[in-house]
Amino acid sequence: MDEAMRGPAFDSDEEIRQETMIINMGPQHPSTHGVLRLLLELDGETVLSCKPIIGYLHTGIEKNCESRTWMQSVAFVTRADYLSPFFNELAYCLAVERLLGIESPPRAQVLRVLFSELNRISSHFVWLATAGLELNAVSVMLYGFREREMILDVFEAATGLRMNHAYFRIGGVIMDLPPGGEDRIRELLRVLPGRIDDFDHLLSGNPIWIERNKGVGFLSAERCLAAGVTGPPLRSAGVARDVRRDEPYSGYETYEFDVIERSDADCYARFEIRLDEMRESLKIVEQCLDRLQPGPVMIEDPKVRWPAELEVGPDGIGNSPAYVKHIMEESMEALIHHFKMVTEGVAVPAGEVYQAVESPRGELGMYVVSNGEHRPYRVKIRDPSFVNLQAVPSMVEGGLIADVVACIASFDPVMGGVDR
Amino acid sequence: MGWLDWMLLLARIVLTFFMLLFALVIVIWLERKFIADMQTRPGPLRAGPRGVLITLADGMKLFFKESFVPTLADRPVYLIAPILAVVPAFLAFSVIPWGTHVTLFGREIPFQIADLNIGILWVLAMTSMTVYAVVLAGWSSGSNYPLLGSVRSSAQMISYEVGMGLALISVLMFTGHLKMSEIVAGQGGYYWGFVPRWNFIPQFPAFLLYLIAGLAETNRPPFDLPEAESELVAGFHTEYSGWRFAMLYLGEYLNTITVAAIATTLFLGGWRGPHPSFLPWLWPIAWFALKILVIFYVYVWIRGTMPRIRYDRLMAFGWKLLIPLGLFWVLATGTIVLLPGLYGSRGRLVAVGLIVGIGMLLLLAADVLERPRSRSREGASP
Repeated sequence: MDEAMRGPAFDSDEEIRQETMIINMGPQHPSTHGVLRLLLELDGETVLSCKPIIGYLHTGIEKNCESRTWMQSVAFVTRADYLSPFFNELAYCLAVERLLGIESPPRAQVLRVLFSELNRISSHFVWLATAGLELNAVSVMLYGFREREMILDVFEAATGLRMNHAYFRIGGVIMDLPPGGEDRIRELLRVLPGRIDDFDHLLSGNPIWIERNKGVGFLSAERCLAAGVTGPPLRSAGVARDVRRDEPYSGYETYEFDVIERSDADCYARFEIRLDEMRESLKIVEQCLDRLQPGPVMIEDPKVRWPAELEVGPDGIGNSPAYVKHIMEESMEALIHHFKMVTEGVAVPAGEVYQAVESPRGELGMYVVSNGEHRPYRVKIRDPSFVNLQAVPSMVEGGLIADVVACIASFDPVMGGVDR
Repeated sequence: MGWLDWMLLLARIVLTFFMLLFALVIVIWLERKFIADMQTRPGPLRAGPRGVLITLADGMKLFFKESFVPTLADRPVYLIAPILAVVPAFLAFSVIPWGTHVTLFGREIPFQIADLNIGILWVLAMTSMTVYAVVLAGWSSGSNYPLLGSVRSSAQMISYEVGMGLALISVLMFTGHLKMSEIVAGQGGYYWGFVPRWNFIPQFPAFLLYLIAGLAETNRPPFDLPEAESELVAGFHTEYSGWRFAMLYLGEYLNTITVAAIATTLFLGGWRGPHPSFLPWLWPIAWFALKILVIFYVYVWIRGTMPRIRYDRLMAFGWKLLIPLGLFWVLATGTIVLLPGLYGSRGRLVAVGLIVGIGMLLLLAADVLERPRSRSREGASP
């Protein structure tokens, strides 16, 4: 081997002691939640400094929105934080609706809350699964994904897709629940509480799980607020901040639920918070089902609403044959209207709006600017994963390398949302 | 020894070697099936009936892959390490009696390659060689993750070897033999006519100690820190590929089988078990295999249930709990073995009294030592 490759030779013990090891954790690493890269400086097993480096999953979602119509952009923003697509859609649609000065019909509002809360549960299941995997509780990983799959099946039946649904549209939702949809959700309500309890039994009493999470990843309320950390990490520090209760949207003020908070500010508190939040979400879903009244799911204004009608066919969800027949054979005006709405879409009055929703990871905000045209002037996504990642160095520095993994898992970052 | 004896010895070696390879194939398949069952998935299905040939298929694949040597690797050491992992693992098995004996050509042939009079010490010597394979593999890879893995493993394996040694010493003192065949012979008969006189009943703490230390010795979850996937990618064998990786993998499973086999021999009566009178040589082998599988199943079960323990807690667990417990149990066993001989029948009572007293003292000491120290976490993070 070449002598130069062996690295520096040491003259004294003093020099050896000063030598630290730099390792690249990621972007290709089993436990960095996708392509997060952490530049760690290690002294043995102790982390001296940590630099998160992002940008490996940049997809240009925000920029792409500027060259699409307002309606098409829904299908872009839903892909940002791919584990909570409904929240991206919800924040965007609410923002555009505020600019337009419209409100979606009651049934659509209830459906939006219903699907958001189911999505929160499925996202927390993925969190449980990946956090378990990172501490090598591999069984938990498989159970978590199994439970999530049940919820995704409901999503698929209702929206046609397991992820990235583009189901919420400006002025409502794209189609009503399929026949039997309510029963399927009630079935979830019957099964899921037991499954959540199973996780509780499996992990809460496990001495190794407690030892790996209790007292690990401490982040005080001051530090959270200084870095703009929101969601379960902030609530674990004793600050009961929840956009659903503090700045209600979609009628959240009429639902009964608790904002879960803990004061330990460690990974274990975040674990407990997420488990309890899943239970609270189930409560909200149940209330949604009880108040679902028949009615339109999209506003009636033909100058705003998406013109096409969707329907479940033998090969899945698609344009309804009756509607296609209507525009292709019966009404020239309908065809022209359809063409104009699909290619040009609605013009949104000039203005700017910031709309926040409480996503599973924290405050998800959409800052939308319109200059009065048919496409957005700017769509800025305030993604909670991106903001929360700032706090990672102050959590992990001084800890052990094994705790880095637990700390990152406790933030549940989704790189699709971080890099957008 | 005539030529026939040499041939029979050779036959025994070859037979044991292939039995071990066969056991490996089965055991790896079983582990994957067990864990798949616990995780609600089917596990391997395609290679052979119910996927039983999956290990062969994986092995074939690995042997035909390029065995890459990184530029920064220390070449000779890097090449030797996988061999160091496998050879001692096979050698350790040579003293284990995995059946009774058959009579061939007028000779009584035991199912054991060598009945050394230092049986247990041989096993300890050979299993401790594994640490060299891990350390050298990690160190010579010339890469950071393997280095961290090998540093962890050297500390871990050496620490837990102490605990393992203490567990073995108490069995030695209890049975009074180092020879494997004598230890098995000492476990014949029954307590009260129906409970088999196996060592794990009087030596239960040592049995537990050995199983836990064995788990750590073989780098199995929850003690799989040297190859902690979510932290160190693959730990000491990150840079290995092809047949060299297969060797390291093989060595690990061989060690697991060996640990289970030693536990069976020392604590579970070895090949002993009730059996019908036909084919008298076959049943002991079946009993032996069954007992190994039970221990193995427990190991897989632990893997399916437990998250990975953290490095500092692992060392604390080893040094502050397992080793003191082991020392205490060595003391206890010594008292029980010696005192009745010195002071007659009343000695037994004195011995029990002494053990309970010392145990209480130790518990008290542990309680004082383990008082929660108030640590200011806020001050710790800059």
